[in-house]
Amino acid sequence: MRLLAHNMLACNAKGVVNGFPLKIVPKETREVEVDFNAEFLTHMLPKMEWSAFVNAAKEIGLEGLPSEIPDDAASDEEFLRTFHHALLEVHVEEGTLVCPESGRKFPINKGIPNMLLNEDEV
Amino acid sequence: MSRPELTAPADVFYNDTEARKYSQSSRVVEIQERLTERAVELLNFPDDGVPRLLLDVGCGSGLSGDRLTELGHEWIGMDLSASMLEVAKEREVEGDVLRNDMGHGVPFRPGVFDGCVSISAVQWLCNADNSAHVPQRRLKTFFTQLYKSLKRGAKAILQIYPDGPRQAEMITTAALRVGFSGGLVVDYPNSTRAKKYFLALAAGPPEQLPTPKGEFDDDDDIERRGMRMDGRKSDRSGKYKKGKNIKGKAWVHKKKEQYRNRGVQVASDSKFTGRKRKDRL
Repeated sequence: MRLLAHNMLACNAKGVVNGFPLKIVPKETREVEVDFNAEFLTHMLPKMEWSAFVNAAKEIGLEGLPSEIPDDAASDEEFLRTFHHALLEVHVEEGTLVCPESGRKFPINKGIPNMLLNEDEV
Repeated sequence: MSRPELTAPADVFYNDTEARKYSQSSRVVEIQERLTERAVELLNFPDDGVPRLLLDVGCGSGLSGDRLTELGHEWIGMDLSASMLEVAKEREVEGDVLRNDMGHGVPFRPGVFDGCVSISAVQWLCNADNSAHVPQRRLKTFFTQLYKSLKRGAKAILQIYPDGPRQAEMITTAALRVGFSGGLVVDYPNSTRAKKYFLALAAGPPEQLPTPKGEFDDDDDIERRGMRMDGRKSDRSGKYKKGKNIKGKAWVHKKKEQYRNRGVQVASDSKFTGRKRKDRL
């Protein structure tokens, strides 16, 4: 699971009003190089929940992201590189996601978050 | 081959051996690629080359996802079968995959996806694999949460294998009921083998709304405001019509006199008798 997916994921168990952002408790992370695509990154910027993204990056040990999106983000190559690395190149392989409201835990095994709910949580 | 939907639930049917077999069959790969390509064509993105973020429902081992990557899009996939997802990871697909039952909903925050594709998956929702499963309810949960996760106006193209017209109708109705607009697109309707069903949905109003008759002049506006959508007449007519049943002071005095003559105890007359009440509810 990369931070791209994490920034979109929310807990949808019964009774949870605000299941976002899920807290990451990482055990193992891995880096895989991905081609840089500035167009996709600028397309993604307005979609991102930025503070949740910066927090999640800190949780998996990535620093260097600004606390606010810079005004000239589209032309700021250095910023886009940092964003690209955090968004697409770091995979959480093993760990846990924790719902901020209910504390429900979702395990991540072999890079696959298991968001499966029990029948009584639907 | 009999329908896999009737054999076992998706996570049981696609076990380790079946998942591997599925992903290695060149026939399956080719069909999946063709269907994905057609689905993306139906998504009909403007031709500007911007990579979109797509949701792949029932991504399986990522065969459809591979095609999405080749077409230049980023994707997040979900599937119920853990074995299929493991195969996807082994094949090192570009997108992120997660395990989830679509009948339990779509675990994403609202408005994040530019589109959704699903290849041969949604008909699984029509099966009740245990006593807790009610197909209609699962379809409703799925479509409600899918609608929320899509950007306003974004499309979802779901390729399905319904086992008959009734099942196709059940899925379509469930989708339209939660607010999607759109319907079934049937490719090669006259061929039994090449026939393919695509449920083409848009989250929000259809692209072209029929224009209302006439201009918005004042008279028209008043008339429209007076109309009720539930088909009943407005409250102003009939029973509550003003001015018809109002009785004046003289009428009250006359009635009181009549009752006094019959020996009934009546409140004595005062300056407040038969007064007009304030207008209020």
